[in-house]
Amino acid sequence: MPVAAARALAHDLNVCSRNLQAEADALHSLAAWAYQFSSQVSLYPPFALLLEVRRSLTLFGGYTALLGRIRAGLRELGYQTRMAAAPTPLAAVGLACCESEQHVETPAALLGALAPLPLSVLDWEQSLLDRLHGVGVQRLGDLLCLPRDGLARRLGPDRVLYLDRLLGRQPDPQALYQPPPRFERSLQLPGEVAQAGALLFALQRLILELCGWLQGQGAGVQELEVRLWHREQAITRLSIGVQRNSRDAEQFLILLRERLQRLELQQPVIEVGLCAERLLPLDGQSLELFDAAREARQVDLLDRLRARLGSEAVRGLSAIAEHRPEYAWRYSEPGQGEQAVNGQQRPLWLLPVPRQLRTDHGWPCLQGRLKLQHSRERIESGWWDGQDIARDYFIAESASGSRYWIYRELDGERRWFLQGLFE
Amino acid sequence: MNLDTVLQRADVWRGGRLSATADAVASGFAELDTVLPGGGWPRGALTEILMPQHGIGALRLLVPALARLSRDERWICWVAPPYIPYAPALVGAGIDLSRVLLVHPGAQQDGLWAVEQSLRSGTCSAVLAWPTLDDRTALRRLQLAAEAGDALGFLFRPGRLAQRPSPAALRIQLQPEPGNGLSVAILKRRGGWACGPIHLEVPVYGYGSAVALHSHTATGAGSFHAQWQ
Repeated sequence: MPVAAARALAHDLNVCSRNLQAEADALHSLAAWAYQFSSQVSLYPPFALLLEVRRSLTLFGGYTALLGRIRAGLRELGYQTRMAAAPTPLAAVGLACCESEQHVETPAALLGALAPLPLSVLDWEQSLLDRLHGVGVQRLGDLLCLPRDGLARRLGPDRVLYLDRLLGRQPDPQALYQPPPRFERSLQLPGEVAQAGALLFALQRLILELCGWLQGQGAGVQELEVRLWHREQAITRLSIGVQRNSRDAEQFLILLRERLQRLELQQPVIEVGLCAERLLPLDGQSLELFDAAREARQVDLLDRLRARLGSEAVRGLSAIAEHRPEYAWRYSEPGQGEQAVNGQQRPLWLLPVPRQLRTDHGWPCLQGRLKLQHSRERIESGWWDGQDIARDYFIAESASGSRYWIYRELDGERRWFLQGLFE
Repeated sequence: MNLDTVLQRADVWRGGRLSATADAVASGFAELDTVLPGGGWPRGALTEILMPQHGIGALRLLVPALARLSRDERWICWVAPPYIPYAPALVGAGIDLSRVLLVHPGAQQDGLWAVEQSLRSGTCSAVLAWPTLDDRTALRRLQLAAEAGDALGFLFRPGRLAQRPSPAALRIQLQPEPGNGLSVAILKRRGGWACGPIHLEVPVYGYGSAVALHSHTATGAGSFHAQWQ
């Protein structure tokens, strides 16, 4: 029907041009996603996917359960689909093309299931179908009961082979889909989006696709890259990291939400993308152990904090075997600190940089003169790396009752510094 | 709701007796434990530590409990500490550094968010924070988060806030005393009335000799450090 005629019938018609490339991309990405349900996935362009599911039935708990999971997943991804199952690929496609979603289990039942279908389920050219209609062949059953040699003469051997494959009389090997080694998908938004939070909806779809794909690969990732395309500005790239290799869509979505909340968009977004490479093997079973679950939750807290605050804002501590106080510690990855034991009395608080103290007739002052403890600790060290120090350390108390860790330089101006607090 | 269900609630107490059911972690100071409900720092609750200034021993008061908690598989989370927690001193006090988590949020609001997330996650045994806001709603959220995550939440706050109401389950006020002394007054506790100051010795950790000071004079509230803001 021409557009003008359609408009005449429906005045508020919204006409979109068909994007064949986008359809092909979507079919590919669905194939990658479907790989989690079967290792034998084939593309049947332009509109169908074939999954060999017999071997998956035990794993997923039977046909109904498997179908339910596939259907729920597709709904989450935002696709409308029709599914059917049959002993041969062509029969499954044919059944799925019709309104009824059948499950034909045995080759013996195939003929009966196919017979009532219209000829249009065969993807043969229209002129041929019209010719068949002309001779009174309306349904597949009519065609299939015609004598074989007559059909070969009228339609050619290719069509007969097609029908043989449909009925499983001839093998019908399919080219197996090979999932790509990396995940890279993008999605055009229906309009320009200026709110970072509103991007989550579109990205959720991509993350579900990614996690299905990872499931099929038996793998997880530690890093995702989210890409946001703008009309004029360069691509905005966001990196989402997790401590433990994961394919948990929920976890990625929580992190992404935190990340998007912090994002200030300079320009509206027209397209979103998701990219993941460097897959790491991930065994589904091990995640369910109790210890692993607890560890996963701990890591989850780190990931959440890091997603919002930045990874440098969340750290652990190490104690280093080193005489110079400022080098006797450093930040480390949480959970992996070194724990060198130092026998001396040390304050619980350290100043990032020692602060020089005012003096009064040679006495160090901090809110008045400080009282020094008798014993002192001399630290002279570091001549080998040029950062050498020579200091006398004291515990000092202020008039208001705070206790400080202070030192006096042994060389030069012999200045006093505050380096810590005995909190 | 009948009276029995009301009395079962954790946040309801009856005057005249310390509730014995409260879950607590021994503070390591026997005198203090006798006045704390359950015999220690309350689990799944906020403890507010009010102090006039830094450097009087507030952390030393917590260190024995933190050392014990660090044997647990959970984090001890420090959110926006005013100085660097000095690793050699923590090791000297027996704290397992592999359980220490430091969080340095940029903004004040991020700080409260981080405290709440950590408390609620169930993966932190203790969360230490130095909030500078006086926001009762935020504190209430933190108290609920501590309950949800079964964490010990410690908030260090300026002593001047002692008069302000607070949803914290336990509020104590510290004053410095000569030497390693610390006076601890209980302003609020579950299952008991406020109680006057008790005097504790909080040692400096390390294997060196005990600290001896010169004769000592002044105590009492000094001015805040600049870091309190």
